[in-house]
Amino acid sequence: MTDGTADRGWFEGVAADDLEGLARAIREGSAERPRDWPALAVEAGFADDEAAYYDCLQAAAIDAASAATSERERAPDQQLVHALRAAEDLVETTNELAERLAEWGASAFGGTGGATGDADSGVAYAHEVAARDPGDPTEERIVAIAGRVVDLDAEREALRAFVEAEAPRVAPNLAAIAGPMLAARLIALAGGLEALAKKPSSTVQVLGAEDALFAHLQGRAPSPKHGAIYVHEYVRGTRPEDRGSAARALAGKLAIAARVDHYSGERKPEIDAELEERIDRIRSRGES
Amino acid sequence: MTLPEGVAYREIDGERRLATRGEPVYGEPTEGEWRAWVAARSKVGAMLDREMDVGLSPGGTVLYLGAAAGTTASHVADVADVVYAVEFAPRPTRELLGVAGDRANLIPLLKDARDPGTYAHVVESGIDLLVQDVATRGQAEVALANRRFLADDGRLALSIKARSEDVTAAPEAVFGDVLDRLREGYEILDRERLDPLHEAHLAVVAAPR
Repeated sequence: MTDGTADRGWFEGVAADDLEGLARAIREGSAERPRDWPALAVEAGFADDEAAYYDCLQAAAIDAASAATSERERAPDQQLVHALRAAEDLVETTNELAERLAEWGASAFGGTGGATGDADSGVAYAHEVAARDPGDPTEERIVAIAGRVVDLDAEREALRAFVEAEAPRVAPNLAAIAGPMLAARLIALAGGLEALAKKPSSTVQVLGAEDALFAHLQGRAPSPKHGAIYVHEYVRGTRPEDRGSAARALAGKLAIAARVDHYSGERKPEIDAELEERIDRIRSRGES
Repeated sequence: MTLPEGVAYREIDGERRLATRGEPVYGEPTEGEWRAWVAARSKVGAMLDREMDVGLSPGGTVLYLGAAAGTTASHVADVADVVYAVEFAPRPTRELLGVAGDRANLIPLLKDARDPGTYAHVVESGIDLLVQDVATRGQAEVALANRRFLADDGRLALSIKARSEDVTAAPEAVFGDVLDRLREGYEILDRERLDPLHEAHLAVVAAPR
């Protein structure tokens, strides 16, 4: 001990019948070095003997672990789904409002209102207008709307960062393979991690392409090769004639990753490695 | 090598199987008070089956890192006096809590084995057996960091998973690296590959030095 104070055991300063306090001490306490806690506890009068000490410790440890488990499990996949959907809503709302602003702004301030049709220029124009000093009540309203667009866009960005940080904690394997945003989207499309874990890989492959799938089932179209996973580099970066194979390989490993994430939660880097190998093989087909 | 007291080969379901005495946990076959210790589901079970001296003994204290759902930890608790079972993932911890409900000597801890300071105020010093089965990179570092709990004559029973360290490297090369780092704090007493029961796993028995 560098500061001269001895490490304190979990039981110190808490009454032996205060289960809640003891559980908190187990969860929140720490020590540099272990000591002979059972003997020290008996010596300090915390427990009559070591058997009583272990009984008390086990009760408090079960309480602590079960409280911590519930907290960590508070349906984190559902929180992720909410965050992703909110981010998607924000994109839509921001674009809609930015369009309105472009039209209104152009009429009042002249210029094109930054209207080139894409979202980024709409937001850039909102920044420009928000910085203006309004000269009359009309301009006041326009500048206020511009401020809202800027705020909405900032929140969208914050939510995106949240999803990127959270997805690997909710589904480490899925996020590693799909990337955090696509992982979150697949979980959202399925309705949760458990639901995704129970889907066959053929369903994972076309999640998000439901319209095309139903058109196919009614005999109006060929079967879709991919849904939301299209944005993945393994699909998009593969030549069109091999994209179906790449999408099937990717979906297969995503389905496995979702199962591992749901049932064990353990990170298994071998899934990524196997997929990479498989994609390399698919892509090298056309090269010889 | 003779098996630790409390562990025996018994005739269960017409087969000679490794077994301990206790409440069944994971649907394993039983015969009277004995329940089969399924070596394919347990690295420590596989180590005993290979006649490795893991240092498990009645009356001893055990710190088990990576207890998962408690499959193996439950057998260890059938034999040892006290088992501190550390697991970091919430989902398996749920099942571990169920196992602890049936065994007064199993103390579940939802903690990160890479950060022993977060449980050194609970786990006692002078531990007789440190079992480690964590699927994380830096398995040697985890063993070194937790050496502080071990008694001078204690034992480390370590299962190294090659793929957790490096998926692409050859397992033998990974094991060599891990053993080299492990030697900074341990003397290696015995080692054996657990294939085919546990693919690309190396079991190590070591003593602190």
